[in-house]
Parts: sequence; structure tokens; C-alpha cells
Amino acid sequence: MATHESHKKRSGLMDWLTTVDHKKIGILYLLAGGFFFLIGGLEAVLMRIQLMEPDSKIFTGELYNQLLTMHGTTMIFLAAMPIIFGFMNAIVPLQLGARDVAFPYVNAVGFWLFFFGGVLLNLSWFLGGAPEAGWTAYAPLSTVAEDTGVDFYVLGLQIAGAGTLAGGINFLVTIINMRAPGMTFMRMPLFTWASFVTSGLILFAFPALTVGFFLLMFERVFDANFFNPDMGGNILIWEHIFWIFGHPEVYILILPAFGIISEVISTFSNKRLFGYSAMVFATVLIGFLGFMVWVHHMFTVGLGPVANSIFAVATMAIAIPTGVKIFNWIFTMWGGQIRFSTAMLFAVGFVPTFVMGGVTGVMLSVPAADYQYHDSYFVVAHFHYVIVGGLILGLFSGLYYWYPRMFNRVLNETLGKWNFWLFFIGFHLTFFPQHWLGLMGMPRRVYTYMSGQELDGANFVSTIGAILMGAGTVVLLINIIISASSKYATTKDPWDGRTLEWSMPVPTPEYNFAQTPLVRGLDALYVEKTAGNGAMTPAEPVGEIHMPNGSILPFILSLGMFISGFGFIYSNWYVAGAGLGLVLITMFLRSIIDDHGYHIHKEEVEADIKGGRA
Amino acid sequence: MKKWLQKGRFLSLFAMLALLLMGCGDPTLSTLIPQGEVADKQFQLMLISISIMILVLVVVFVLYAFVLLKFRKKKGDNSTPKQVEGNHMLELLWTVIPILLLIILAVPTVMRTFEFSADAKPASKNELSIKVTGHQYWWEFEYPKEELITSQELVLPADTKVHVELSSADVIHSFWIPSLAGKTDTNPGDKNKNYMWFDTGSKTDVVYKGKCAELCGASHALMDFKVRVVSKEDYKNWVAGYKAADDKSSANADGQQVFEKNCLSCHAVGQNGGNTGPSLTGFGDKDRVAGILEHDKENLKKWIKDPQEVKPGNNMPKVNLSDEEIDAVSDYLLGLKLK
Repeated sequence: MATHESHKKRSGLMDWLTTVDHKKIGILYLLAGGFFFLIGGLEAVLMRIQLMEPDSKIFTGELYNQLLTMHGTTMIFLAAMPIIFGFMNAIVPLQLGARDVAFPYVNAVGFWLFFFGGVLLNLSWFLGGAPEAGWTAYAPLSTVAEDTGVDFYVLGLQIAGAGTLAGGINFLVTIINMRAPGMTFMRMPLFTWASFVTSGLILFAFPALTVGFFLLMFERVFDANFFNPDMGGNILIWEHIFWIFGHPEVYILILPAFGIISEVISTFSNKRLFGYSAMVFATVLIGFLGFMVWVHHMFTVGLGPVANSIFAVATMAIAIPTGVKIFNWIFTMWGGQIRFSTAMLFAVGFVPTFVMGGVTGVMLSVPAADYQYHDSYFVVAHFHYVIVGGLILGLFSGLYYWYPRMFNRVLNETLGKWNFWLFFIGFHLTFFPQHWLGLMGMPRRVYTYMSGQELDGANFVSTIGAILMGAGTVVLLINIIISASSKYATTKDPWDGRTLEWSMPVPTPEYNFAQTPLVRGLDALYVEKTAGNGAMTPAEPVGEIHMPNGSILPFILSLGMFISGFGFIYSNWYVAGAGLGLVLITMFLRSIIDDHGYHIHKEEVEADIKGGRA
Repeated sequence: MKKWLQKGRFLSLFAMLALLLMGCGDPTLSTLIPQGEVADKQFQLMLISISIMILVLVVVFVLYAFVLLKFRKKKGDNSTPKQVEGNHMLELLWTVIPILLLIILAVPTVMRTFEFSADAKPASKNELSIKVTGHQYWWEFEYPKEELITSQELVLPADTKVHVELSSADVIHSFWIPSLAGKTDTNPGDKNKNYMWFDTGSKTDVVYKGKCAELCGASHALMDFKVRVVSKEDYKNWVAGYKAADDKSSANADGQQVFEKNCLSCHAVGQNGGNTGPSLTGFGDKDRVAGILEHDKENLKKWIKDPQEVKPGNNMPKVNLSDEEIDAVSDYLLGLKLK
């Protein structure tokens, strides 16, 4: 085996562009996802300003449709998913007791593909207009649109989606193969379990989307007719493919939030998770059922009473494992000692909010009643209750919880509480009235409504709420900026944590664990704390640590995809070919360059241990 | 179903909920003020599901509030809480009870789903059949038996079951009259025609608001239509009047000339004219200009002058007309009244 002769230390920007370290890739995901989250949030506030009053003329027609399309697409694909991947990268290997993910190089490829896909999609704003057919891009609205907006949508998301798929496979392999000795499946922390199930869903759901995007791309770029009824195509093909992907996607998003909430509630109640195995099976079951319910997005499409009834009952069934989770969280707190830190506040806010989104979900599963709810503001209220009230509160909770591990500083708790209350109150103010708007007959995705339909009051309140949510997010930004300018290093375990990620010093050493830990039970660190050890028992003697080399190739490969994306959008085959050529060249280079990585020598590791750095 | 509801102990909760929800919104638009059999039964389904769900919410919220208040960490208490693995009895309980609640909900769900399902049977004697076609951004209504085609305004007799066949001329739209029935998509392509039915309710001389509920382009928000429910007697008269109407039912000869030269290739009046745009028969009696603007001459002139300004992305071209011509054709159109 080769030794570390080929290892180059890079610094500054070059270090970030070439990194294959899961901790740094996690930070990159979080930064990029956070950036897109701000853009998507801005788009949402602009829409709410337009809808603040009836007959308003600020963002109308096509422009409003662009805002609603980009808000949905950005939030799902470019904000929520990357932030989830950020936490998965930063935390899952640590929770497993691993030194990195299974395929560090692929991990970097996944990030850069997502990043360039997202940039490509957002460049559409400056190049002839953003896509305007909704994040669902239903044919034929998406196929007949004459500008290049939908081309940016399909190519940008295709590239970003490839990155997501690579990331999902990587985490499946990591969680199956890289667990520390003693870390059996049924001892894995729930966030890792959720990441595992989510990665499985990605593996099966994203290929459907990839196929759908290829059909849509061929329809737009090469004049194919898959969805053109005049040429024997069928518009429903797209709707089915999209939702076969789209419904599991919802669980891809929410399961990691469930995982975060489980960790936070357990830690801040100072109790082990109530009904751990039920929680694991509920997670798996939700993931499985997630593939059986896509038609509930299509009750009004006309698939007939048999299909509608089957999918209605399947949808209701999901409420059962979800209910199990809710009660298990409540009973984890039961008899505990609840500490209301900001992370816990977000988790505490999550539970009732998600329950409200869940019950409207059950209501929506009744097809005959859904004929009234479908595509009305009731649905908008429902899915924002589960995605913002569920996922985003979960991600905020995770951010405050893991920030010390990821950035070696604790976020300010006072500002954190301002962040929580502004966002939480703003959220309910925004979306609770929207249930009523829908029931009172307001369709979704409308850029205006006429006065005299009794829709004015609720819309006004909703906009005020959206501004409060924006203010809450600004407080978070200020909090991050203040923390970044402080040099305060935290203790390694600020929350009295229970899982492995709190067992190493700050900053986390490059190789995570100087010695791979021996896991002796659920909540591995807590087990050692109660046994009086306070630290993990090593499972191996101090030795050489094999590390992968950084590489610029993932960046260049993704750049090639980005360039070819432009080529396809403008039907310029030279550019498309050049981009794909660059991709092939990087693949070739990756194949022939024999890079065995490098070793950190035993003496260095021993020095780190002695100096308290490992 | 009805009997079960009346006997059930849901009744009191139902009454409270109904009071809370009823009367919310515009009586010609809100799903909470249902008219006719279908909207009524859909409202009942909403009440059943909301009742069960409020039950769940109350249980969870009360339990949750108790836990949050009771088990907060007290200052100086550094004892370690008991680490509980789980409790089979409790876990069984919160698995089985939701299953039972969902079964209670699933029964009426499946019943109603079949009841409201596509009903392609030809209408019987006292029933009415219509064909709805969605266009960017207007609605075409065809009455096959009566052999007439209208646009934007659906005139229906009260207390009548209406069978609807739905399709689209371009992209997907969704046909929704919240007061009368939930929505069904209008799909392009013969293979994906949809069918639905609803009941027009007992109120007469009322105009319900109709909406497009599927994103269909720049003016999706403006794709409104109206459903005018009249007595059976008035309906008969309306049909007769509509069939008798021709392009001479308006007295403005100048305007008629302008209309025949510039508009007739797309818009029909009576038996004459094209069908790429909405039929303008009886335009003077309609409720709105272009489906959205107040029905007066100012608005009509504004619309003809620059259709894109009013409804972005619609297919009506800006016809090159002088101000006098627009004035004349507006007078002509507003004069098109049914006898």
C-alpha cells in the first residue's frame, strides 16, 4: 500500500474546492443550502406582498408564476435537501463512529453537482426568465412554454438530482458498512436511522424523477411527444412519474427532521428515547408506505373510484406510524427533566405544529372531500404545516443543536429565542388562516383575487405572518454573524449529549476518532457516562490512519455538466458536447490516476491525543 | 349514512363545528356554505373528518401541555430521570385507537368516493348534460341536447342533477364551483376525458362563482366563470331565447359591421362565427367582461383596446381598431340581449 508521499496540504479557497472531508462537505452543503433558503424565502415574501391586498398589481401574471415555481423548486431541491445532506454529512459518520463516509470522492461529486445544478436553475432569472409551470411542471403547460425557463428547470434539476442520488447511495453504503464495533443497527441513533431510510427512499424515488426529466427534456429539446395527446402521447404519464417521485420526496424531507427531533428531545429531557424500536419500525414503515400513496395528489385527475379509494386508505394508514412517533416523543419527555434551550424550543414547537399538519393530511386523504380541498389554499396550508412547521423547525432545531460540533461555537441563546418566537408565531399567523382561505374558495397559485369575496382579511394576516417569519430568519443570520466573529471555543459536549458525536474534542480532528470507539449500547456516550468512564472505550490500539486525498476533479466534473446543461438549453451541440467531453475527461483522469491517499502516522496521532486534540 | 349521523354521539360536536364553520366566506363561493346535494355531502365529510381530527388534537395537546409543565427541569435538581425503554400496553393503545378512528373515517370515505365517481350514464329525463371545455383562459359550455354553446356563464335550472363531461382545448384546467361541487380536472386528449355530476340546489336567481383550480398559465388567477341557477321555467325561456338569438339582436349597425369584419372569425353570435374564442351570444346579459371586469362599457373598451393588459398571456389579439370603431363595437356587444 502506498504511503502519504502524494499528500498535498491545500489552504484557503482551494482547500474548500478540493475537500473530500465529510465535515467540510457538510459545511458546504449547509452554506449553499442556507443561501438558497434565503432566496426561496425572499420569493415567498414577494408573493405574500402581492397577495396582501386584493387586485394588487406588483407581481402579476407570468412573473408571479415564476416566483411560485422558483419558490417551490428552490425550497425543496436547493434548500431543504442540501441542508439535510449538510447535517447527514456532518453528523452521521460521527454518530456511527466512522472516520469518513464510504466514498469521500463521490461525496464531493454529489455536493458539486447539486451546487452547479442549483446555480444553473437560478441563472434563469437573468437569462430570459425563470420557469413558470410550477414546481410540479405539469405537461402540457411545461412542454408548450416557449421561453427557456422550463429548460433551465429540467436541466438544472437533472444535474442537482444526480448529485442527490450519488449522496443517497453513499450514505446507504456508509451506514451499512462503516459502523464502529458494537454499533449494531438497533443501537444506531435515530437521526442515523432516519438518514438511512431517507437514503433508501432517494435510491428508489430519484430514478423516477430522472426518467421523468429525460422525457420532459426530450420533449422540449428534441421535440419528442411523450405528453402530447395530438401525437398519441398522454399528459398523465408526467403526473404519475412526478408523484411517484414526489410523494416519497416528502418523506425524504421529513424523516431526517423526525431524526433530529428524536435526538434533541431525548438529550434535553435527559432520557433515552421512549419506544426506540417502535420508532425505528415506524420510520421504516413510513418510508415504505410513502411509495404507495402518490395518487392522493391526483384525486381530481379522474382515475376512478377504485384507484381513489385504495390510495385513500393507504394514505390514512400512514397516520398510524406517524402517531406512534408523536406519542413516543411525548413519553420521552414524560418523567424527564426538560431543559428549554433554543434547540429544544424548536423541537417543542415542532410536535404540535406537525400534528396539525398531520391531521389536515388525513382530512385530505378523503377523496370526495379532497375534491373541495384540492389545489386550494387548504392544501397550501397543509403542506406548509408539514414542511415548514415540520421540516424547517426540525432543521433549525438541528442547527442550534449541532452548531457547536460543526462550527466550534455555541449560537447565542437569547437571539435564538427571539429567532424561535418570531418564526413560530409568524409561521402560524401565515399559514393557519390559509386553511380558511381554501375552504372559502380561494384556489392556490393565483396571483390575485378580487375584493368582495371575503378573502381580504385572512390574506392580510397571512402576509403579516410571512414578514414575521422573515424577521425571525434575519435574527438567525445576525446570530450566525455574531458567532462567526467571536473566537469562543466551546467545550466538546455543551448539551450533555448521549451519542458519539459529542465524544471527541473540538475542533473535531480531521480523522474524527483517533481510535475507533467500542459501542456498548444505545446512546453510546451516555452508557459510558453512567458507567463512570466519561469517555469512549477504544476498540483498537493507536495506529496509522489512512486518509483520502482531496481532489479538484469533482468540481471540474460538475462544471462540465453545468456547461453541457447550457448547451442543451440553447440547443448548442458544440457547447453541450464540450461540457460532456469535460465530464468524460475527468472520469478518465479519475480512473487512471492511482491515488491511494495518505497516512497519518502513529506518532502524530499520539501527539494529538496528548495535546487534547484527539 | 344520514341516520347513523343523527343517532351518533357526534351530533353535538357536529352542531358546534357546523356553527363555527358555517357562514364563513362568501355565500356564492365558500365550500362551507354548501348548496345542492354534492357540496352538502362533501361538507358532511369535512365535518366527520374534522371532528375525528379535533378529538385527536385535543388529546395530544392536553397531554403535551401537561408534560411540558410538569416535567421541566427544576433548579438544583440534578437527579437522573429513570431511563424508560418503553411500555407495550401504551404503545399498543396508541396504535390500535388510531386504527379504529381511521376505520370510522374510511367507511364513509369509500362510500362517497364511489357515489361521486365518474358517472357517464346518459342523463335521464329530468337531468341535464353539459360538456365543459377549458381554454386559456375561459370556459366553454356546450348543452348537447339543447344544441347550444355558451361561454363563461353556465345557466342551469334549480333542483336538477347535472352530468358534466370535461375536457380541455390546451393545457390542464380544473373545473370548480365551490358552492355546488368539488373540482375535477379538464385534461387535454380524448383518452383523458373526465365525468362528474352535481346538483344545482334549490335556490333560484343566484349566481355562484366558479374557478379554475389548476395552474394553467399567466392568467390562471383570472379564469373565473359564473353559474347562474334559475327556476326551471326561466331556464326554458332562457334556452328558447338563446336559440332564437342572432347577430341582429343588437341594434347598432356600425358596431355590427366592425364586429363582422374583425371579430366574427373567432367569436360566434347565434349561429354565425368561429369557435376559437368564447361565444358572445347574449353578451349584453352577462355578468362580467372577460370573466373578471365589471360589466360596463368602459371596461369592455379597455378589454378590446388591449386584451393583454387585462388578462396577460391570453390568446385574443390586439385588433387594430380606431377609438370610434371600439366604441361602436362595444355598443353593439352590450346590445346583444336575449329576448
